[in-house]
Amino acid sequence: MSPDPAHTHHRLSPARVLALDPLIDDPKTRIVVCCGSGGVGKTTTAAALGLRAAERGRKVVVLTIDPARRLAQSMGIDSLDNTPRRVKDVDGEGQLDAMMLDMKRTFDEIVEAHADAERAAAILNNPFYQSLSAGFAGTQEYMAMEKLGQLRARDEWDLIVVDTPPSRSALDFLDAPKRLGSFLDGRLIRLLTAPAKLGGRAGMKFLNVGMSMMTGTLGKLLGGQLLKDVQTFVAAMDTTFGGFRTRADATYKLLQAPGTAFLVVAAPERDALREAAYFVERLAAEDMPLAGLVLNRVHGSGADRLSAERALAAAENLEEPRIVDQEGGKAGLRNSPDTYGSSESPASETPAPDEGSPAVAENTEKERSVDQLTADLLRLHAERMQLLSREQRTRDRFTALHPEVAVAEVAALPGDVHDLAGLRDIGNRLAAGRPELPEAAGE
Amino acid sequence: MSRLQVVSGKGGTGKTTVAAALALALATEGKRTLLVEVEGRQGIAQLFETEALPYEERKIAVAPGGGEVYALAIDPELALLDYLQMFYKLGGAGRALKKLGAIDFATTIAPGLRDVLLTGKACEAVRRKEKSGRFAYDYVVMDAPPTGRITRFLNVNDEVAGLAKIGPIHNQAQAVMRVLKSPETAVHLVTLLEEMPVQETADGIAELQAARLPVGRIIVNMVRPEVLDRADLELVRDAPRSAVAKSLSAAGLGGARRGGNAEKLVAPLLRQAEEYAERYELEHEQRAALGELGLPLHELPLLAEGMDLAGLYELATELREQGMK
Repeated sequence: MSPDPAHTHHRLSPARVLALDPLIDDPKTRIVVCCGSGGVGKTTTAAALGLRAAERGRKVVVLTIDPARRLAQSMGIDSLDNTPRRVKDVDGEGQLDAMMLDMKRTFDEIVEAHADAERAAAILNNPFYQSLSAGFAGTQEYMAMEKLGQLRARDEWDLIVVDTPPSRSALDFLDAPKRLGSFLDGRLIRLLTAPAKLGGRAGMKFLNVGMSMMTGTLGKLLGGQLLKDVQTFVAAMDTTFGGFRTRADATYKLLQAPGTAFLVVAAPERDALREAAYFVERLAAEDMPLAGLVLNRVHGSGADRLSAERALAAAENLEEPRIVDQEGGKAGLRNSPDTYGSSESPASETPAPDEGSPAVAENTEKERSVDQLTADLLRLHAERMQLLSREQRTRDRFTALHPEVAVAEVAALPGDVHDLAGLRDIGNRLAAGRPELPEAAGE
Repeated sequence: MSRLQVVSGKGGTGKTTVAAALALALATEGKRTLLVEVEGRQGIAQLFETEALPYEERKIAVAPGGGEVYALAIDPELALLDYLQMFYKLGGAGRALKKLGAIDFATTIAPGLRDVLLTGKACEAVRRKEKSGRFAYDYVVMDAPPTGRITRFLNVNDEVAGLAKIGPIHNQAQAVMRVLKSPETAVHLVTLLEEMPVQETADGIAELQAARLPVGRIIVNMVRPEVLDRADLELVRDAPRSAVAKSLSAAGLGGARRGGNAEKLVAPLLRQAEEYAERYELEHEQRAALGELGLPLHELPLLAEGMDLAGLYELATELREQGMK
């Protein structure tokens, strides 16, 4: 990914602009992983990128983790499930499939694929397995990685766009294969499997005194039945785990491979960007290829040369008594006292106005409400400019920490996405790499 | 107010901020509250502008009128060892378990047990009494996992009690559920006036109610001030552009004629007003949808200067004024 040096922007001068089209067009890009903290539009970004890539000719599958119903519906699929479903009405030669991770189903499939029928049934019916697979938090991360490996192995798509689970610690999915590995290499699993397989004798040899103390302790803690369930489960899973680990390791390597690109998604808010910085650092530490940062919900203004301060001052002006620019004859009527206590001409404090004056013509009323509207428009603008500078400060802090990270800014939408056209719109904004300014103020 | 206040909400709605403001609000006037973090993100420390919290209850703020806010970031691994020590005097065995990887197993591979520990620790703080017989904390406020996971998180003990049919874990799990399903607990959901968070709030409430967990209140966070009212919005629709230009010019922003500086501002300002109008309508719809959920509704303003410690006190005052005390 090389930034386009000519592509500068008034808000993005210090950072490199992330160009997404070259990334998704490149046939060597096979996997795009969207990660980021919750509530920053990760899933929507993944879906919009998938659609854009498909409409630019690629065969794409989007793996979402927990899409909002609306998002699934926006792709014309009422309920996404564990099987890739074709999204209709995609323009061009490419194609788009979308699916939602069903972790229990994915876990079951692994068991079915790796164990003979009898053993598979024993595992699937084990109460401990049922709880574990039905979504003790954490399972989701393992299964997301497993599913990614499966999709890649099927080789039906030339681009896989993955959304990541809203983990407690944002990069849990990266740790999943490793943790599983260390668990499987650990002594606990041997301890748990030994007695079930060999009636305890091997276990005694293996850990002698500690062993009986441990099973005793575990039994005491967990209750005898649960310990037995866990032991049976682990014993039954033994062979399955082996295959699982090999694949988890393979998936981890796949993520590090050149065909993979990570996109960190964030919003221009302090917490989200702090998380984003953490992601960037973690990905570097893990040798994961980072393509850049997608900064969603960035605000712009077509009148950004009018500062918040000037806009507020002008709004106050409008609500102050004015004599100068009145049209003939009405000047006196509009010369009301300064009710804002900030008059620039304190000498002009006149007696109380004639509030109920019948002379207030309809025309004046209208003029007054236009002034009021204009003052409010200016206040709205001041608010927008304050938001802009807050976003700018937050973003600058990130850029100062990570000047090497290319950034694509996506303009905020007033509402949510409801259809393919909405996703397409976001795709356009993503590819532009900077917010589109509504009707720029001109020179 | 219930003694255990659980604060959940969709990611990005500011639930940590709301939980912290609530802990401050409840501590006002000489009360003592404990703010508990369960997700290891150190969001509380960042909010209160202190260094990372250790696994230890530590005073982090003083509330108006002499109250105190303590904070605790629960580390599941330490909580397990703590728990083994407290209930079974298993200090040495705990270390042995750790060596074996059993602690890893309990806190990561079988993450359900991790949730048991987290909820268990919070409930322990709720029930803890001082020698005088007074509760150690008047209120415990939990910065809980997001809406999508909250029911499973709180209900994990039910599941565990079903798995471990006898033994101390079974008993512990049941004791925790007795607190969580009683009026001693209230689960609040934080949302924004946007479609997805509101939808998720509605779904979350249905799930909590189905699991017979006590739903408390809905807190709408980051509510933007009303800048344009209905009258303005109507005027915007068929806004007399030349009149607005004149008005801008009168305010000292340049010429009103075509090409003048004031005139050039009209289009972008009206465009911003249209965006505002669109959002205004959406917010109205979402507020109505929240109203239909039939729960007490609170609104917290968006702080213009972003979130900081002063803002936190401001939100706490707001919550108290709205009756959360």
